[in-house]
Amino acid sequence: MGGAMGKEVRMAKGTKIALGLALIPFLMLVLALPFINHLRPFVLGLPFLLFWIVLWIFLTPFLLMAAYWAEKKFNKGGGKGES
Amino acid sequence: MNSALLIILAAIVLSAAVGIFAGRKVKMNLENWTVGGRRFGAVLIWLLMAGEIYTTFTFLGASGWAYSRGAPTFYILIYGTLAYIASFFILPAVWKFGKRFGLHTQPDFFVKRYGSRTLGIIVALIGVVSIIPYLQLQLTGLGFIVEVSSNGAICSNAAILLAFVLTCAFVFTSGIRGAAWVSVIKDILMIAAVVIVGIGVPRIYFGSHGQMFRALAEAHPGHLVFPGATADLDVLWVMTTALLTGLGFYMWPHIFGSAFSAKSAETIKRNAVIMPFYQIPILLVFMVGFTALLVIPGLKNGDLAFLELVHRTYPSWFMGFVGAAGAVTAMVPASVLVLFASTLLAKNVYQAGLRPQAGEETVLRLSRVLVLVIMGFALLFAFYLPNALVNLLLIGYDGVTQFFPGVVLGLFWGGVKRRGVFWGLMTGFVLAAVLVFTRHDPFLGMNAGFVALVINAVVTLVVSHFSRARVEDGRQMA
Repeated sequence: MGGAMGKEVRMAKGTKIALGLALIPFLMLVLALPFINHLRPFVLGLPFLLFWIVLWIFLTPFLLMAAYWAEKKFNKGGGKGES
Repeated sequence: MNSALLIILAAIVLSAAVGIFAGRKVKMNLENWTVGGRRFGAVLIWLLMAGEIYTTFTFLGASGWAYSRGAPTFYILIYGTLAYIASFFILPAVWKFGKRFGLHTQPDFFVKRYGSRTLGIIVALIGVVSIIPYLQLQLTGLGFIVEVSSNGAICSNAAILLAFVLTCAFVFTSGIRGAAWVSVIKDILMIAAVVIVGIGVPRIYFGSHGQMFRALAEAHPGHLVFPGATADLDVLWVMTTALLTGLGFYMWPHIFGSAFSAKSAETIKRNAVIMPFYQIPILLVFMVGFTALLVIPGLKNGDLAFLELVHRTYPSWFMGFVGAAGAVTAMVPASVLVLFASTLLAKNVYQAGLRPQAGEETVLRLSRVLVLVIMGFALLFAFYLPNALVNLLLIGYDGVTQFFPGVVLGLFWGGVKRRGVFWGLMTGFVLAAVLVFTRHDPFLGMNAGFVALVINAVVTLVVSHFSRARVEDGRQMA
């Protein structure tokens, strides 16, 4: 049945949008780290580096919610994702 | 008998009772025992997944790293979030594949997808070797927490023995369902303890967390940026480690397997959306470690920071409450770890490799016996050789993350071949082990497991590409 999985390579529009949205936290929480490795300014009492990380963690569920809606809206079959 | 001791014992016994009760009305077969009959709704799945994420390491390790290493500990906050994002895309597809073919375990996935029992056995063995040290860590951590928080009233070996005999009992009777229900108690106690202490101690000693961070920035200017108090855990290490552990998190056999117990792919997807909020308590754990660095500097063992600070700040009954939370926090992950380790051995090694004619009932019976055997082994190590498995623990994550290319390519790309996955996995696993054991981790500033993962992915793709012409993959090898 290995071959049966091959059909899933073509990507629906909703999945593309969802992947794009999900990429944002990866950029902000991994690739951006060398540029935000600073102690100051303090924001909300947190040193800047920690504030930045907490901020993007807090925003991630909202991005995933948008990804969820995008898949529902643009993918056929009622948001069943990639299948 | 002091009040702390009473609270801890009550929590352990109550948890076990709930766990045993959870499986009472369910007729046990392999399907119900390992994947809860694939009927867990949003709440149970959330509790189970959350229950597996917060281990004794969260209590002791994260605060200990904040105390002794500083900023590199932030990778814990990052990787969890990356893991939930990855799970949003990967787990629903894993669930659908599992539902379609009635899978129970992670090696089942490899056997079915790549038509190779040998690959299944290798995946099962790497899984078990990674799980056992992790299980022992829960045991040792529990003994440590209980002994310190009851002020030495219970010796740690007695606490370990009691907690884990009871854990075996509820795994034996209720399987995964028991673990999910005990998670209810665990999550409430754990979150309460972390929120109270995490918000409390910076306020008590400094007036607010902002003042605490300012004081820390004055006293140790480098502590709150990478590489913190370490020499080699710089920003590149944090980036590669967050990626490795973020992608590897759902590759742990017990967490991968837990996904099968959801009642639909939709349940898992929605769960993934809200999980990142669950990272926020870890921020509070860090604050306890940072406060401890200012209030009680010079601890030889940073992992003691959380408990020592609580001990110094709060009355003894509250210490008992923290101890109770810590004890149950060890029991839940331990129960899932031992459940999957035993199923992996019974189903994917014994049945697949030695006795293909064994029926499901035999596999379930053997799994249940193996729960006792594996827990017994972990207990022996915890009592007599507590440090013997430390080296294995080091490569646990590096090892299970090597499953990632096989899982993800297997789900989303038809072109990946058995041969490619086999050689990729072997290369990645051996390379990770060699780098770690020859003390080349970090390697060129990067996490060694991450380097191995990249090589693994390349080998998987290249070998798959060159074995395209072969037809062998469509067939079962049996």
